Amino acid sequence: MASAKEIKTVLFGPIFANNPIALQVLGICSALAVTTKMEKALVMGIALTVVTAFSNLFISLIRNHIPSSVRIIVQMTIIASLVIVVDQVLKAFAYNVAKELSVFVGLIITNCIVMGRAEAYAMKTGPGMSFLDGIGNGLGYSVLLLIVAFIRELFGSGTLFGVEILPLVSAGGWYQPMGMMLIAPSAFIIIGLLIWILRAFRPEQVEKA
Amino acid sequence: MFSNNDSIGKTFFVVIALCLVCAILVSTAAVQLRPKQVENKLLDSQKNVLAVTGLLSEGNIKELYTKHIQERLVDLNTGEFVDMAPESYDYRRAMKAPETSIKLEGADDKASIKSRANVAPVYFAYNEGVESGKLSAIVLPVHGYGLWSTMHAFLALDNDGNTIKGINYYEQGETAGLGGEVQNPKWTAQFVGKKLLDESGAPAIKVMKPGNANPTSAYEVDGLSGATLTSNGVQNTFDFWAGAKGFAPFLTKVRDGALNNG
Repeated sequence: MASAKEIKTVLFGPIFANNPIALQVLGICSALAVTTKMEKALVMGIALTVVTAFSNLFISLIRNHIPSSVRIIVQMTIIASLVIVVDQVLKAFAYNVAKELSVFVGLIITNCIVMGRAEAYAMKTGPGMSFLDGIGNGLGYSVLLLIVAFIRELFGSGTLFGVEILPLVSAGGWYQPMGMMLIAPSAFIIIGLLIWILRAFRPEQVEKA
Repeated sequence: MFSNNDSIGKTFFVVIALCLVCAILVSTAAVQLRPKQVENKLLDSQKNVLAVTGLLSEGNIKELYTKHIQERLVDLNTGEFVDMAPESYDYRRAMKAPETSIKLEGADDKASIKSRANVAPVYFAYNEGVESGKLSAIVLPVHGYGLWSTMHAFLALDNDGNTIKGINYYEQGETAGLGGEVQNPKWTAQFVGKKLLDESGAPAIKVMKPGNANPTSAYEVDGLSGATLTSNGVQNTFDFWAGAKGFAPFLTKVRDGALNNG
C-alpha cells in the first residue's frame, strides 16, 4: 500500500486539483441532465462513485489477465454489469428518485469518467489504490454536480432539496424564478463559470494557448 | 496455464469467464430485487390514484387504497365491465400487444398513442369506504404524447361522469420547468370543476393560450406558458379519451345509471 500522502492525493486530488468535470472535462452530458434538483444530483453522484470505485477495483484485480485486444470490451462488461446492479438497487429501494433519474442511471455506462479512470488508472495500478481513485473521482464529480445543482435549484425553483428557500411569486412570495436555470444550457454556462473561477485560483490548470 | 495474455485461448477464456460472472451477478440482482420493485410500482400507482381523488393522507397507502378504492376493468369498445381480476391485468402491456389492443391511425389517433388497449382499468373512489357504497369519484387512466414523451395521468370525475374532480400527471418526460409543469398542482387545479363533455356529449375541454381562458367558462383552461406543444398534448389527450375511441361509451353508461345496479 502506498504512503498516506499518496492516498490523500488520490482520494482528494480530484475534488479541486484534478476535477474530472472541471479539468478533464469528462462526464459533462449527465452533469447537464441531473442537476435541476439537489436530490437528483446527490443520488447520481453516489451512484457514479459506487460504480467508478468498484469498476476500478475489479478491473485492477484482473488487469494482468486482460488481453489487450479485448480490454475495452472487458472494461465495458464490468462497468455495464455494475450499472445494471446499481439501477436495480435504486429501483428497489429509492423508487421515486430512480423514476426521476430514469435513463441517466443507465447512462453511467457511457460516462467518460468511469471508462477514463479504468483505462488510465486501474489498468496500471493495484486494486487498493484503484478503488480509492474511483472514490476520489466520484467525489470530484459529485461535488461539482452538487454545486451546479445548488445554483440551479435555488434560482430556478427557489428550493433546496425540495425545501422552499425563496418563496415564489406564483405561491404568494416575492421571488420570480429564473426559468433559464431549469433548462440544460444553464448548466453549460454554470460549469463554464466554475471552470473559470477554478482556473483563476489555480493558474497551472490553464491550457497553453 | 497460458503463457501469453494475447493468445487466442486466453482471450476466449477471459471473455467467457467474465461474461459468466457478470451474467450471474446481474441476474441474481434482478431476480432478488424483483418483488420489491413490483411492490414499489404498485404502491406508486395506488398513491397516484389516491392523490387525484384527494384521499391521500399520511399513513399506510395500501390500507388507504383497500379502504377507499375499488378497481374494475372496462371494455372500452362497449363500455361494459369485464369480469377479470384487475390485479392480474397488465394495462401497459395490453396497450402495446396487438391481440389485446386496436391500432389507431390518422384522425383516430388524436393523442398520438398508436394503439389502445381493448380493456382499461377504472378506479372507483369511496370517501367513506368501499362498503358504504357511496361513490365519490371515478378515476380514469389517460395518456397522450406531448413534446418529448408520453404523458400518463389519472383523471378523476365526479359520479356524474362529467365534472372533473382533479387530474394528476404522474409520469412524463417533458422539459423540466416548462412542459414539466403539467405536474404542478397549481396548474392542474384549474381543471377542477370543469366539464369534460358539452351538452351534446362531445369532448369539450379547451386548453387555451396562457391567459386567454375565461374563468367563468365550464370548459376553458389556461395552457402552460412556454410549452405550447405540451399544452397541445394535454388537449389531444382530453379529445381522445373523452371521445368515442376513449372512455365515451363507458361514460355514457355511467350517466345512464350503470353504476347504480352494478
